[in-house]
Amino acid sequence: MNKLMIWYGELLSQKSLIKRGFLFLTPGMLWLIIFLVLPGLILIVVSFATRGSYGELVWEFSFENYKRLLGYGIFGWTPDYLLILLRSVIVAIVTTALSVLLSYPLCFFIAGKPERTRYLWLTIVIIPFWTNMVIRTYAWFLILAPEMPFARIAAFFKLISPGMPLYPSAFAVYLGMISMFLPFVALPLFSSVERLDWTLVEAAQDLYSSNVRIFMHAILPQTLPGLSVGVILTFVPAMGMFVVPDLLGGAKYMLVGNLIQQQFGTSRDWAFGAAISMGLMVLTMFSLYLYKRKSKGVDLI
Amino acid sequence: MTTEMKGLNLKEINKSYGNVKAVDNVSLDIKSGEFFTLLGPSGCGKTTLLRIIAGLELQDSGLVVLDDEDITIQPAIKRQINTVFQSYALFPHLTIFENIAFGLRSRKIADSEVNKRVNKALEMLEIDSMQKRFPHQLSGGQNQRVALARALVNEPKVLLLDEPMSALDAKLRAQVQVELRRLQQRLGQTFILVTHDQDEALVVSDRIAVMKDGEIVQFGTPEQVYDYPKNKFVAEFLGAANLISGTYHDGRLHTDLGVFEIEDTPSWDKGDVAIRPEWIKMSDIKPEINAIKATVKEIIYRGTNFDIWLDPGPLRVRTSSYKKIKIGDEVWLELGAKEMAVLHE
Repeated sequence: MNKLMIWYGELLSQKSLIKRGFLFLTPGMLWLIIFLVLPGLILIVVSFATRGSYGELVWEFSFENYKRLLGYGIFGWTPDYLLILLRSVIVAIVTTALSVLLSYPLCFFIAGKPERTRYLWLTIVIIPFWTNMVIRTYAWFLILAPEMPFARIAAFFKLISPGMPLYPSAFAVYLGMISMFLPFVALPLFSSVERLDWTLVEAAQDLYSSNVRIFMHAILPQTLPGLSVGVILTFVPAMGMFVVPDLLGGAKYMLVGNLIQQQFGTSRDWAFGAAISMGLMVLTMFSLYLYKRKSKGVDLI
Repeated sequence: MTTEMKGLNLKEINKSYGNVKAVDNVSLDIKSGEFFTLLGPSGCGKTTLLRIIAGLELQDSGLVVLDDEDITIQPAIKRQINTVFQSYALFPHLTIFENIAFGLRSRKIADSEVNKRVNKALEMLEIDSMQKRFPHQLSGGQNQRVALARALVNEPKVLLLDEPMSALDAKLRAQVQVELRRLQQRLGQTFILVTHDQDEALVVSDRIAVMKDGEIVQFGTPEQVYDYPKNKFVAEFLGAANLISGTYHDGRLHTDLGVFEIEDTPSWDKGDVAIRPEWIKMSDIKPEINAIKATVKEIIYRGTNFDIWLDPGPLRVRTSSYKKIKIGDEVWLELGAKEMAVLHE
């Protein structure tokens, strides 16, 4: 049973190899169990609990929170919460789609640069990460302020009344979201674009392809691995994003992230907050499942 | 245009990359229906020239004319020229059938016609059993056939082949060369092959252009190029050659090995001649003209023949009739007057 074997140049018995494997795995596993699995389980339990009159948790279990999420409140059925969930999905999809649309030209632009300046361009893409997300979002306040050109141009075309800033608005939310997530799409996509086999593009040209056909058959299949990673890295956090919509969207543009934050914050309704979190998680998982089915044969990471 | 010039004409093509001249003032007339080969070592500009013909690269100056039509500024998408790429460049996400149908679908040809033509191509190249598979499930040789079918199904006026056999093993390559030659003869289509393999060029071509440093060094039928190499480069690039330098006066060639009669009259006083090792006759009796007495230094067995290195020289003789010669034996060699090709710079 205790077989000897050569493992990457080392003479080991099978038993000691397994022992060593566990040794390496344990810290990571413990970390995941303590900080992901356990809190997840607690969240599930809490989502079935009840809010006490002072905002404390009362351990009376029911489906009340989920019913409320689906719209069955004390005053009859309202679609408010479902609309917020739906809006979150739409915002996440639009953000992801626009980020992808912007990333392709960006990546081809950078990949076309000589190797020496290429990494300078990549650094420019990454620089926003060096600043805190909240500060970056506040920076948009300045850019979108009434005195700045963007607001003035919008006022000139009567899109907003003069003297008003461009926030809070859906436009500002998308602007903030896309600037936040563009690097998450651009960087993995770039790694695919950089390795692109251009002879396939030439073959497509040689075979009388239109530009759309060249993209669909010679570029898209080759960049799918990077694209896929970028889409997930954007879509999943975009679903739960709350800083950007809170600051740039105001109360008019409530997303599920804000709703959850509100329950755990001002409303002091942890149980309902946990239920909404579960709803978000289910929705995200379902979206990923659909995505995986649509993109059959493509490895998600 | 007044004269009728069917085929592909290249006129004074130039192309530079920075300071490097990839193609240097090349003019070529390739006849319709011929198997034409651009032969040269890597970096000689043959692939660049092919890409210019395909429309994948734009020359700095010069014209590309196809069947009397100036296609110089037509991009690849418009040209009735198709390419078999060195890496085959098959679309990995498409089946063999769809790969072959790709060009037809781009031109929005009706499904029934696509089916007919793709099936014909599949049959012609004997790959119909693989039409539902994907490129990664096929061997290199099979993928090469797919690439060939994908180009041919469009019925191009000119088919370009960019070193299509470099990924095949030697035995398969030899077989494919013959098949390619037969296919071209059957279709009567213009094929232009780029290769650095001289055997391949000799086997398949009607005519060969030997390239070096962006220029065409020699141009002619395989026999012309092999038998009468113009200069040292062609002589050595196409097979083995014995190079003998000497001076020419009084109607004879004077060399370190002796004084020889040669049929050609060189234009120089001092220069080189070449003779292929298989054309040197070896015997025990002294030949009447151009005789050299030589000693066997080394014998190399090559399966179908032997390479025998002799002193003085060193001269190489290739022979299949191997009498019991041992190292150290003395033999007579005859350098035929007709077989010695006069080389120029």
